[in-house]
Amino acid sequence: MKRLAYPMLALLLGTGASAANLADRERALHALDRLAFGARPGDVEKIVDEGIDAWIDRQLHPERIPDRAVQARLQNLPTMCMSNVEIMRKFYVPMVQARRESDSQDLREAREKSREVLQDLVTQRIIRAADSDRQLNEVMVDFWFNHFNVFAGKGIDRFLLTSYERDTIRPHIWGRFEDLLMATAKSPAMLFYLDNARSHAGGLNENYAREIMELHTLGVDGGYTQNDVTELARVFTGWTIDRRTGEFIFKPRLHDASPKTVLGVPFPAGGGIEEGEKMIRFLSQNPKTAHHIALQLCQRLVADAPPRALVDRVARKFLRSEGDLRQTVKAVITSPEFWDSKYYRAKVKSPFEYVISAVRAVNATVENPLPIARALQQIGEPLYGAQPPTGYADQSGAWINAGALMNRINFAVALASNQLPGVRAKVEDANKVALELGSPEFQRQ
Amino acid sequence: VIDRRFFLKSSGLALVAGPVLPNVFIKMANAATSKGKKVLVAIFQRGAVDGLNVVVPYGEKAYYDARPTIAIPRPGSAEGAAIDLDGFFGLHPALHSMVPYFNDRSAAFVHAVGSPDSTRSHFDAQDFMESGTPGVKSTADGFLSRAIATRNDRSPLSAVALSTVLPRILSGRAGALAVPNLSQFGVRGPLASSFESMYGKSMFEAAKILKAADPQRLQPENGAQYPNGPLGNALKQIAQLIKSGIGLEVAFADAGGWDTHAGEGGTQGQLANNLRQFSDAIAAFARDLGSRMGDVVLVTMSEFGRTVRENGNRGTDHGHANFILVVGGGVKGGKVYGQWPGLSSLYENRDLAITTDFRDVFGELLTKHLGVASLKTVFPTYDNSPAKWRGIVTPAASPAVPPAAGPAA
Repeated sequence: MKRLAYPMLALLLGTGASAANLADRERALHALDRLAFGARPGDVEKIVDEGIDAWIDRQLHPERIPDRAVQARLQNLPTMCMSNVEIMRKFYVPMVQARRESDSQDLREAREKSREVLQDLVTQRIIRAADSDRQLNEVMVDFWFNHFNVFAGKGIDRFLLTSYERDTIRPHIWGRFEDLLMATAKSPAMLFYLDNARSHAGGLNENYAREIMELHTLGVDGGYTQNDVTELARVFTGWTIDRRTGEFIFKPRLHDASPKTVLGVPFPAGGGIEEGEKMIRFLSQNPKTAHHIALQLCQRLVADAPPRALVDRVARKFLRSEGDLRQTVKAVITSPEFWDSKYYRAKVKSPFEYVISAVRAVNATVENPLPIARALQQIGEPLYGAQPPTGYADQSGAWINAGALMNRINFAVALASNQLPGVRAKVEDANKVALELGSPEFQRQ
Repeated sequence: VIDRRFFLKSSGLALVAGPVLPNVFIKMANAATSKGKKVLVAIFQRGAVDGLNVVVPYGEKAYYDARPTIAIPRPGSAEGAAIDLDGFFGLHPALHSMVPYFNDRSAAFVHAVGSPDSTRSHFDAQDFMESGTPGVKSTADGFLSRAIATRNDRSPLSAVALSTVLPRILSGRAGALAVPNLSQFGVRGPLASSFESMYGKSMFEAAKILKAADPQRLQPENGAQYPNGPLGNALKQIAQLIKSGIGLEVAFADAGGWDTHAGEGGTQGQLANNLRQFSDAIAAFARDLGSRMGDVVLVTMSEFGRTVRENGNRGTDHGHANFILVVGGGVKGGKVYGQWPGLSSLYENRDLAITTDFRDVFGELLTKHLGVASLKTVFPTYDNSPAKWRGIVTPAASPAVPPAAGPAA
């Protein structure tokens, strides 16, 4: 943003503390703001007691954190354990049938019922972000889902996202980038979203081939050409969705088996699925990819414009560790830059970060997450609602407009005064809390 | 390329073009005393509307050959036939509420128009159209935002989207507002003044202006009845903003549900129902504004058209060129603009080819109607030569409207 249209923008975008070193309490708050979705009452003290390094180490190993209360609550969401084909059969097929029979009553009912799928998904994400003890895990789920964004509003994708988040994103975010990339490449949700499922020899669709290089790996200035995009699209022909199982399948008869060259990598005639797998490994290990991922992680966790030296260091860690995401994230959050007072409270919260941090700040019990989901929509970041493959912005400027801020304020007032049905905030002085949650200071992290 | 004149002559309907009558809104505006700001209202038909079934090239046999079950019958040939526009094109009957505006020359269509990028991905094509830079993904802001940003005398309500999220087309430096509902915009309750002192007055300026103007009190006029639905609601509120004189220059609304891959229908059905809502909402808007429409141009867009040939599911797939509807004061209506590329030589052997870049339509409207001085920053990657404009509107410069004598025949 070149021009600050409103003084409140200066309030929000101006940098925070000036002291060189953060005191313990500030460090704890910083950790909770960036590596969790904000502090609940008492969290700062707990982390100071435990020791910040110990807390971070624990957060880097979410599998060691039991998180039983949240796990138990997720059991109440029936679609969360269903496979793609189960969801399609139960929620999508009835819609198709009603449409075929032109039965508008049935269609309306089937449509209504089908909303359950996305509602469950939204619910689990809100519950986990607000209440899970594996806070850094949820922050990284948000980051990686957004990095490999799939839009619920595109066709059948709203039925495929349950498995996408559960089976594709979550199991891979602390492993190797290559495995995460491979999982997304073979996920029905992504195959449908970026049209690769429809791409075949003689009927090329370049959508996925372009985005995997531009957004998922090399970055827009990653040095690939239009010819590389077309050639990579040919490599990925035949990667599609099995209509029977609702899962990934490679169909050799749809694959373009003629020779091709992508980014200098030659493929002789007669190849198959191994071509795409080779390219995914190639792209994962590319220094441009390392830099792109490092930059995005630093933007999310450190600053809108992170210091170059930090990005380079994190990129080197990514390459040396063969894309080990735990080590890469650790390199960011244990860096001196992460703890530099310059970046303390220097980022504006995204709507998701803002809303969840407000819920946590008032220790709210969320029995009905739908008012939270609605607030996210009003403030501009509906869950699973980013249409473009770029996902939502990780930079502050995108979230600052008067309308969105007023909606943040209205949410703060509604939350603090217990006007959101099914969301109970534990507050004594509702007005005082509303003013705090609605303040410019609380928009920052 | 097929010469449309050939069809006009051969069908004996060449005279339909007739002498140029003044657009009814210009006459009305001349009679009225309002000297409001010029307003551009843009509607995005997300999902890619099937333009070939909206502005139907009934004069071309290939249209009927390609669409055995969903084609709109030739005017006069059957019930629910197309409504003749000019002897070659006809309008889908669900748009009959647009016909009076076409006949009184306040509505025009552009055909075979679109974004030149070959993508058939909805979001890419929408993204390219909204950024105004087809093929360039790194553009951070939207072209309507850039157009408004060229202005020095902006009001806090210069650019408003009737939506929850600021659309790509308005994101950027112009400080456009996303307002899902006029009645809910602003901070409510007893804490409002505390928040105002916390953030500074200017942030609440737009909300205050709105509150003072209280646009929701303005009921639709002239017997206008907006259809229930998102577009009707949005246009009703845009009309209220225009009438309140709070400095609106660009308004934006979405209209969804056009992605008719299966069961599209012809005269009746899915597309017809959606088109009726669309047309009735725009007709209500024009009727509601009455003479104020002399200051307003409403323009529609959609990311791409649909395949000429219907598919195996009685629907159409993603195509290329589409139509644009332009309604309002200054519009030289009663005409279908653009060079018709014909259906015998198709883009990539399947789609209607583009003969007018959408930026030539918007460039003309922004320049002539809104008075944007230069398109250089609005469409930075494009040759914005006025020579390519189709001449859809008359310049609104000074005087705001032509003298009562009007354009002579």
